[in-house]
Amino acid sequence: MAETKSAAGSESTEPVRLLDFGPEVGLDEAIDRCRDLVEDTDFPTVRRWREAGGKVVGHFQVYFPEELAHAAGVLPVKVRGAPVERREADSHFGSYLCCIIRSSLELAITGRLELDMFVTHPICDAARNLAGIWSRNRPEPAQILYFPQNPNSTFSGTYLREEYARVLRDIEGIAGVQVTDDDLRRSIEVFNENRRLLRDLYEIKRETPWLLSVDEAYALVSVSGMITREEHNALLRPLIPLIRERDARPQDKMRVVFEGGFCEQPPFDLLRSISEFCYVVDDDLLIGLRWILESVPTQGDPLANLADGYLNHSSYSPVQHDLRKPKEKMLLERIRDSRAEAVIVSAAKMCEPGLDEQVAYSQALDEEEIPYFITEFEEKMTRYDHLRIQLETFVENLLFE
Amino acid sequence: MNQATATEELIGRGARDGKRLFKEWFKELTEAAATGQKAAYVFVMGSLCELLRVFDLNIVFPEINSLQTAVRKVSDEYLSLAEDHGFSPDVCGYVKADYALQVRRGDHPMGQIPPPSVAVYTNACNTYIKWAEIWERMYDIPIVTLDVPGSRSAPGVALPGADLEQDRKYVEHQLRELIELLEKLTGVPFDIDRLRDVLRLTNDMGRSWRRLLEINQESPAVYDAMLEGTIYLGVVNGLRGTAEGAEYFADLVEEMEYKLERGITPHGEVPEEHRLIFVGVPCYPIFRRFYQLFSEWGGTFVGSTYLWFASGGLNSDFEYDLDRPVESLAEGLLLGVRSAVDSMLFQDRALIEAIDSHRADGVVYHPIKSCRTVSTGLADSRRVVLESRDVLALFIESDMMDKRVVSEAQMKNRVDAFFEGLNSRKLRLAGASTP
Repeated sequence: MAETKSAAGSESTEPVRLLDFGPEVGLDEAIDRCRDLVEDTDFPTVRRWREAGGKVVGHFQVYFPEELAHAAGVLPVKVRGAPVERREADSHFGSYLCCIIRSSLELAITGRLELDMFVTHPICDAARNLAGIWSRNRPEPAQILYFPQNPNSTFSGTYLREEYARVLRDIEGIAGVQVTDDDLRRSIEVFNENRRLLRDLYEIKRETPWLLSVDEAYALVSVSGMITREEHNALLRPLIPLIRERDARPQDKMRVVFEGGFCEQPPFDLLRSISEFCYVVDDDLLIGLRWILESVPTQGDPLANLADGYLNHSSYSPVQHDLRKPKEKMLLERIRDSRAEAVIVSAAKMCEPGLDEQVAYSQALDEEEIPYFITEFEEKMTRYDHLRIQLETFVENLLFE
Repeated sequence: MNQATATEELIGRGARDGKRLFKEWFKELTEAAATGQKAAYVFVMGSLCELLRVFDLNIVFPEINSLQTAVRKVSDEYLSLAEDHGFSPDVCGYVKADYALQVRRGDHPMGQIPPPSVAVYTNACNTYIKWAEIWERMYDIPIVTLDVPGSRSAPGVALPGADLEQDRKYVEHQLRELIELLEKLTGVPFDIDRLRDVLRLTNDMGRSWRRLLEINQESPAVYDAMLEGTIYLGVVNGLRGTAEGAEYFADLVEEMEYKLERGITPHGEVPEEHRLIFVGVPCYPIFRRFYQLFSEWGGTFVGSTYLWFASGGLNSDFEYDLDRPVESLAEGLLLGVRSAVDSMLFQDRALIEAIDSHRADGVVYHPIKSCRTVSTGLADSRRVVLESRDVLALFIESDMMDKRVVSEAQMKNRVDAFFEGLNSRKLRLAGASTP
């Protein structure tokens, strides 16, 4: 594991270990333990980091250049809500809003997730309100990172590079360190390896989906948002060969793409229900962790390289506007690349961008005569009977067509 | 002119002229649709009317078209059609009504709306972007997002803000790219002197608009910011950068000054009992009735955040520098959109200032299903405002388009209880001040 710059600014040779297990527990156990961690609404890994004196930047969905925090020795934590009972946060919001912004605030104001800085993004009209709400209720500074919504302007790269420099200065302020270009390059290398490992995981899902179900893959990917990337890399490196060696046979299940998990996250059991009927060969679950599709160059200006990665070498989602990436065409490409036979077009309840996109997706899928199944979910849902029946019917209809 | 004649001519002139100008505007749009003229679709938060007028484009405000379907009691037809096409009941009603309008080939209760030749919009509302993507799919037209970075954090928090000049350069660069596109689209060469003329008219209009907002700080207020204010808001957007618009607002200020001198209130015989601030977007499906729920109790909306965030930045003190029109247009767009967005995302401080400057007794929050930009922070902001000032607040949720979530009886109960609270507070305060 790489050396970790401590929050106090000194170089520490003893990395903070956040996982209480390693790959030696075996593949199935490691997946279970990852799932337990992801479902633990007390965020034990973040607590461990803080108890060791580390600082934490919480960043709301979808994408955040975590390299900036990493280079300053700060733990970047993905704020993605949680299925908690909302005793405090609901009184801060009106009715027609998604769960994730409510539960994210609940985690903060009840002390389950302690941060030193919170960053939200103008991904949607609800999320960008979070900076104001956060700052009225929490002592840690809260801000908005304004990603360019006109990535087609020739100035957007310059703008985003400066925006990253601004956020980096703020992170340096809370960490009490000064980050050099070489610090950033080292962090980019760590994240490049992580991007490669995540691509490997998704290749397994695409090429041999019987070896890794959607909920298992989700557990392994999702945990990265709450531990250091060095630790995540160290976990995935030996596990990926173990997945490839798994003794599992292909079943007669339909290959599907799951779309709609870019922000609020569906519960594990929903994903497991889907995997009973289908192989999810690609998805947009936590797409921010896989936003940059290639390795970011380590030569030259690291901030400019990160900005270029975001703008020009990236995936798509309903919350990023880019004339080069019409969402319905990108979905069709995802379907073709993964050789999927059908699509689950999902959206979190009250998620305006996701619900808007369902219309464009369904029109494009109709034109291409690709079967699809439309549904909505909530992070707090606990019953899946209805969904299972609908999905089973959908799959059977296609099988007997 | 004697006083009786002057009163007759002046009082209500703004409403009459506003109605006439609106009709004329929609007549022009109908002609444009019939003759195949080019139209630019824009939105109220950062419309860039000034630039688009230089290229002889007809200006269409889909938000205004949509709200007019609700005011005219036909929004349900449009919403149903869009929902039949797959739109969720939980997404913005403006978007759905406009989508249905396009499906109906521009058929609108006020006339015929031409299809878009180009859409120009800012990121002040994320739904603007999703909305424009619909037109792009329907018509294969150029759509241009003017990306305007907002305030990065609430004023006064520990983190320093972004470099304003850097943001201005970004906006200016995008404007210059837009100018190139508009020249190609319209075949009209960019004329900087025309832009200068249009900006001058907007400057004139802005000065009148700010006086209009300021005038209601006096007591009694001379117009209701939720009812009449919304009419004025329509004109300030639709006729921005025109001679008719500048003249209209100069006349309107004259009318309001006249009313102020004579203590003429907006509710006629009903005296001003309670001074209220409105936060959000009005309930258009029952617009007149919604107003009456408050006016019947002598409640006057002396201020409205709607007149801040939806006025295209004219509420702020900025004026275009005519010596450097493009640079200044970029600066105005940046500051105007930022001011609009701040007044929604970080509104508590501005609201507290408005309560003080308008000597308000109460605040009415009206979050709506359709708009998360406006509504998400309201419940939380209310907590801060109530802790900071001795005012009463009413929090009623409904929608600006969708009658299915408007419960008039329930709303009336809540409004009545609010006024009973205001009345007893008034009595209590009067008792406390009596020796």
